Amino acid sequence: MTTDVPQSTRSAPLVRARDLGVRRAGRWIVRHVDLKVSRGELVFLIGANGAGKSTCVKAALGLIDIDEGTVERAPALEIGYVPQRLAVSPTLPLSVRRLMKLTGRFPAREVDAALAAVGLERLGDPPVTTLSGGELQRLLLARALIHRPDLLVLDEPGQGVDVAGSEVLHELVEGIRRDLGCGVLLISHDLELAMKAGDDFLVLVPHEHDDPTSAGGAQPGAGSSGGHDAGLFHH
Amino acid sequence: MLDDFLTRALLAGIGLALVTGPAGCFVVWRRLAYFGETIAHSALLGVAFAILLEVHLVIGIFASASAIVLVMFFLERRDTLPVDTLLGLLAHGGLALGLVVLAFIPSVRFNLHGLLFGDILAVSRMDLAIVWGGGGVALGVLWWAWRPLLAATVNVDLARVAGLRPERARLVFGLLMAAIIAVAIKIVGVLLIVALLVIPAATVRRFSSSPERMAAGAVVAGVVSVAGGLFASAEFDTPSGPSIVVAALALFVVTRIRRPRPARGGR
Repeated sequence: MTTDVPQSTRSAPLVRARDLGVRRAGRWIVRHVDLKVSRGELVFLIGANGAGKSTCVKAALGLIDIDEGTVERAPALEIGYVPQRLAVSPTLPLSVRRLMKLTGRFPAREVDAALAAVGLERLGDPPVTTLSGGELQRLLLARALIHRPDLLVLDEPGQGVDVAGSEVLHELVEGIRRDLGCGVLLISHDLELAMKAGDDFLVLVPHEHDDPTSAGGAQPGAGSSGGHDAGLFHH
Repeated sequence: MLDDFLTRALLAGIGLALVTGPAGCFVVWRRLAYFGETIAHSALLGVAFAILLEVHLVIGIFASASAIVLVMFFLERRDTLPVDTLLGLLAHGGLALGLVVLAFIPSVRFNLHGLLFGDILAVSRMDLAIVWGGGGVALGVLWWAWRPLLAATVNVDLARVAGLRPERARLVFGLLMAAIIAVAIKIVGVLLIVALLVIPAATVRRFSSSPERMAAGAVVAGVVSVAGGLFASAEFDTPSGPSIVVAALALFVVTRIRRPRPARGGR
């Protein structure tokens, strides 16, 4: 569901999910999640492994179907998505510059500018499979950046990157947010960083005691599934 | 010139290689070799129906192969069986069912050997028109679906966020495989068609610096294999389909002899 929100309105959220719920194979992966990201805002989504962070974001972006609640996205919303990992098959010859043009046509100088913005201007054009974890993360960030996104979404950008690389990445994201004025939704498990740097954060808590009888229930929001709430704390 | 059966065979083989080059690259990148086998094996069922309903063989095979593709898409989403089990079930189920149905049609004379291994030297002008006409359409579809397909091959979520609808591209590619296999049956046969998709692409991988160059290279390797195989077949009086595949294999082995210099970082 998309409602008409004028993009010029600064306070209008880029994406807003209310009471979001996703169920797979009779089990709620996330439930009762409220999520809002506005222009210029940095929102952290925190949670342990298996708490449904990626599912939650994919649902908010419209990549997967939701089973409960509503999602509103600004019209003509350009999303820059930085996936958690990129497993390029060794049989696929994919160079750095070819990856930049994977989902759109861009002139060489825009590719150069995007690569320079993440500090990869001297990388050249090697196969993507030869990059280090940190280089690949920055390349994926540049790839998202070249689309000039309204909303930048990063799925655990610190994974597979050392602490220094993680800090560089975070500074890059901050710079991009300033330059583009875009909203940023960042999946992480670094609560400390979220409390320090985020405009807002929410914490997903996986519930441990799955009750099969209520999990199978088809009634949304029936309230019978006590343990299913993904705990949610705004600050 | 078209009166010469060897010329017609060569033209048919080249027409096929033009399409199996780029399509074969996706088969290699997306690990769809067994998927291709499944469609090809089930083609015998299409042959049986084509004879029963008195339609052209290619139409019968395309219809049955498309049905298999759609069934696979449906089961993949619904079923809890692993994909390779599902493919094995459909591949050999389709092959066996086709052979059983064909056994019920004793009045029809047909060449089972030709269906299994191809009969490129019996290619008619009509067959040639089908290969080049169908091949042209298939190349057009590939051109149109290239970006979504490639993006979905790299990362499905990236493609989806960019609005490239990877599911649709996947279905289109499945139907394209059905069409390619229907057209190719006459040339290399049910049991060898996947070789023509996989071997040229695998041969040129190490020489390719981009997906597009790999696709073009696979076309060249395919054309060389077809030409080499056909001339060997005429020279040594060997069956044409297997000769083409042996030629493709020989090309693969020859290009493997010298080790390439390692890429940056070597990882």
